[in-house]
Amino acid sequence: MQRYSAFSLFRKALGGHADWQRQWRSPEPKAEYDVIIVGGGGHGLAAAHYLAKEHGITNVAVLEKGWIGGGNTGRNTTIIRSNYLFDESAALYEHALKLWEGLSQDLNYNVMYSPRGVLMLAHNIHDIQSFKRHVHANRLNGIDNEWLSAEECKEFCPPLNIGAMRYPILGGALQRRGGTARHDAVAWGYARAADARGVDIIENCEVTAIRRGVNGAVEGVETSRGFIRAKKVGVSAAGHTSVIMDMAGVRMPLESYPLQALVSEPVKPAFPCVVMSNTIHAYISQSDKGEMVIGAGTDAYTSYSQRGALHIASHTLDAICELVPMFRRLRMLRNWGGIVDVTPDRSPIIAKTPVPGLYVNCGWGTGGFKATPGSGNVFAWTIAKDEPHKINAPFTIERFRDGILIDEAAAAAVAH
Amino acid sequence: MLLITCPHCGPRAELEFAYAGEAHIARPTDPMALDDESWARFLYHRANPKGLHAERWRHLHGCAQFFNVVRDTVSDSIVTTYPAGQPRPALPGDDKGATR
Ligand SMILES: Cc1cc2nc3c(=O)[nH]c(=O)nc-3n(C[C@H](O)[C@H](O)[C@H](O)COP(=O)(O)OP(=O)(O)OC[C@H]3O[C@@H](n4cnc5c(N)ncnc54)[C@H](O)[C@@H]3O)c2cc1C
Ligand SMILES: [Zn+2]
Repeated sequence: MQRYSAFSLFRKALGGHADWQRQWRSPEPKAEYDVIIVGGGGHGLAAAHYLAKEHGITNVAVLEKGWIGGGNTGRNTTIIRSNYLFDESAALYEHALKLWEGLSQDLNYNVMYSPRGVLMLAHNIHDIQSFKRHVHANRLNGIDNEWLSAEECKEFCPPLNIGAMRYPILGGALQRRGGTARHDAVAWGYARAADARGVDIIENCEVTAIRRGVNGAVEGVETSRGFIRAKKVGVSAAGHTSVIMDMAGVRMPLESYPLQALVSEPVKPAFPCVVMSNTIHAYISQSDKGEMVIGAGTDAYTSYSQRGALHIASHTLDAICELVPMFRRLRMLRNWGGIVDVTPDRSPIIAKTPVPGLYVNCGWGTGGFKATPGSGNVFAWTIAKDEPHKINAPFTIERFRDGILIDEAAAAAVAH
Repeated sequence: MLLITCPHCGPRAELEFAYAGEAHIARPTDPMALDDESWARFLYHRANPKGLHAERWRHLHGCAQFFNVVRDTVSDSIVTTYPAGQPRPALPGDDKGATR
């Protein structure tokens, strides 16, 4: 792997940037791998990277039906935080946040992780009580999260309107270590690092069936590029997880919904942090290109169409115009949707399945980008050792049968 | 935005409706007789198909009635709508319809 540094940039500049290597190869699929990962999003690529790096398993293929990062990884609004309520979630998301902090160095790739602070606004008494409860629970878990008054919110984020409005800002919970990262760079950085250790990244390769032997165990996958043998298959396919698990006869407690986002025309630096409001359904941050990146909740109905209804996006903009009146004349440039896989308790599943050799990482719904490094890390562990890491042990499929939900949905109704 | 034909009121904009999940899921008549697996399946497992989906909608800002819709989840086009309580109609290319 050609290492990136200020020095290499300088050297290549002298040569007119002519001889940079491809970041990852484009190999033909081999007949057999030790592990196949289905889905080349951030989570699948991260799992491949950690399989190779931490478990010495390098005969690995990542099969992606389109191009890597073309799913939710490349469509998300990149909010990163770890201030979840329950111990299980806090441990998982904090594991990821710690990995974010050193990720650019680990991958030798600038993922532009920017801990600029994530401020969640409270608009009513319930919000205040719930956020303060989060602050206390987080503190017990050693996770930073602090309560700010409305005036302190304004000081931290001057564009906010803390004056009169339909749902006034009464305060907020701030996680200073939260922030954003560059979505594409995360996919590309993991792909490049995994490839350098021998992982085959195979794009334009759709998995169409999962073959099981007489004992029920996985034997390999049928793809648009032929049959590929593997005794271990890890599914990391976000919105398409239930479709793929169906191929192995495993029913999943998942539903797939469109989630939209939109960006404005680029402007000079004007917005210092990430602001979220679950109560009036909007969140916003500014990308390094200068666009305001805006999103909210999912559309109402299940779908695989990768687009949603205009009234959802315009409702989001209503809220943004209330919160940040100076953006009222900003023009919106692009709007798109991704398909997110949602579990009944809004917590993910990272687990073994009833089928020997089949593993699944899914259910990240509207908020899995922030977990990419941690999720890939413990998923790799689960596949390599055929048992969960202690961090993902609670995130099973069976928790729904056994009634041991990790009910972040009821705790906060918080997305992202 | 979808244009949804309420069986009682005719075609109206999606804004007038509320989505209410997969259709034709009957609550077990004797929950105590179920094992955990079957109860979990009733509570949490949905078909989530990539293709035709029978689903409930409620005409909240109209006649307020629940009814059923068959929609293609790939294109979001609505194939048919029918009143609550009626079986899923037989449709070409749909192996889950009433004639199954
Ligand atoms: C609009 C939007 C905004 C979001 N905002 C945030 C946010 O601010 N913060 C946050 O933390 N999260 C956010 N999320 C959620 C986040 O994007 C996802 O949870 C996360 O990116 C999932 O990563 P993944 O690698 O699991 O999935 P993906 O990136 O979707 O990767 C799955 C891959 O599987 C491939 N695949 C599917 N079927 C097959 C098949 N049969 N064969 C081969 N490959 C297949 C797909 O093509 C896809 O590339 C947002 C999502 C959306 C849509
Ligand atoms: Zn009606």
